[in-house]
Amino acid sequence: MLIQVFKPPPLLSFTQLVCRRDSRTLFAGIDYVISKGEIVQITGPNGIGKTTLLRAIMGLMPDYDGEIRWQGQPIDDVRYDFTRELLFIGHLTGVKKSLTPRENLLFLANLQDNSSLLEIDDALEQVGLYGYEDMLGDQLSAGQYRRVALARLYLSQASIWILDEPYTALDVQAVASLEALFVAHAQQGGCVIFTSHQAPSITALRVLPLNDCQFQSQLEEGDDEI
Amino acid sequence: MKSNLVSPAPLSRTLLSVFRRELRIVFRQQSDMLNPIVFFLMVVTMMPLGISPQASTLSTLAPGLLWVVALLACLLSLDGLFRSDYEDGTLEQCMLSGQPLYFIVLIKVLVHWLTTGLPLTLVAPLLGVLLSLPSDGFIPLWLSLFLGTATLSFVGAIGAALTVSLRKGGLLLSLIIMPLYVPVLIFGASTVRYAVDGVAFSSTLAVLGGFFALALVLAPLAIAGALRMSVEE
Repeated sequence: MLIQVFKPPPLLSFTQLVCRRDSRTLFAGIDYVISKGEIVQITGPNGIGKTTLLRAIMGLMPDYDGEIRWQGQPIDDVRYDFTRELLFIGHLTGVKKSLTPRENLLFLANLQDNSSLLEIDDALEQVGLYGYEDMLGDQLSAGQYRRVALARLYLSQASIWILDEPYTALDVQAVASLEALFVAHAQQGGCVIFTSHQAPSITALRVLPLNDCQFQSQLEEGDDEI
Repeated sequence: MKSNLVSPAPLSRTLLSVFRRELRIVFRQQSDMLNPIVFFLMVVTMMPLGISPQASTLSTLAPGLLWVVALLACLLSLDGLFRSDYEDGTLEQCMLSGQPLYFIVLIKVLVHWLTTGLPLTLVAPLLGVLLSLPSDGFIPLWLSLFLGTATLSFVGAIGAALTVSLRKGGLLLSLIIMPLYVPVLIFGASTVRYAVDGVAFSSTLAVLGGFFALALVLAPLAIAGALRMSVEE
């Protein structure tokens, strides 16, 4: 009997990825593979294109060269399937100042999943906003404001989390519980991609440094001119 | 290999939550909602003072005047329609939700109309009395504004979506939208004038209805496209 060993394609793979912004090359020649159960931190100095890379993956920045594949297929062909499994929290979180944490979370969670009011209150409690559910956004501090968005991580059933600077404005304790959440998510077969300047204390962390790619891109550009 | 996809939230549920949220935001910022109506009331009440309190003069001007002011009041409220959603990332979240942006935008514009165009329509006959509009004109004024302001909201939202990424898009918005508003104004005002003159007005009203149907179906396409463009740049 023939047993075929079938190796599933990786969750996300980049081939020779190049992003430009206003004719300036941000990074070039990225080859990288991200599999299930991995936590990937994208690092690099300001302006190197960390956010741009995330936006390229999510299809919010269609102007890139190279290839991004999702489970072996070009990501633009399976965009819908991909967004179904995606949870993105960016610099801009989608949290409105004129709404309370409960109302905000109810809306953001219900865009993709079904969450009951009970689950929402539970998630708010998890991020330490117990007692703040009905306060308007103006009355919250920057960190609390940020936590409203991060509470979505407790509700979401998405397998891919893409987070842009999730540690911004968070205190030490919140960072620790966020990291614990990342690890738990990865152990369940999920995948976390995030950008940060801090060095997280996660043991099984993969780092994708973008500044190396910058150097390579300059070499390549030099080649082009010849 | 097929991954176990997250079961999508039903569209109706998402749209209901968008509707609730939009209404809630508008009612929390009441000054934004009241601004067009107060503008409408003020301009119309000042007309008799500025032009002439004579009923004969006012009643000839009334149909056009009410329509022009209603149109400007509508324009006044458009600039911020998508701006706050753009600036706080709500638009990105909507685009990444896997739900059709077309319907989300449709609901947003509908709420905009419910909170600006509809109140304008409702107070318009009252202001008609102020401008001594003949009583034959009241129902046509009401009907034409009902269809007209809805069209204005949908068409205006295209401009608001195109200028969403500009910090000061107000002037550009007016320039983009004004030419598109002219046909609505012409047919709207002439509906009322025909009714006052005792001529059949159903044909112009039908044209307004046609505009509305077109705008309702096609404008969300343009709005969604323009918003996508703004977010993806």
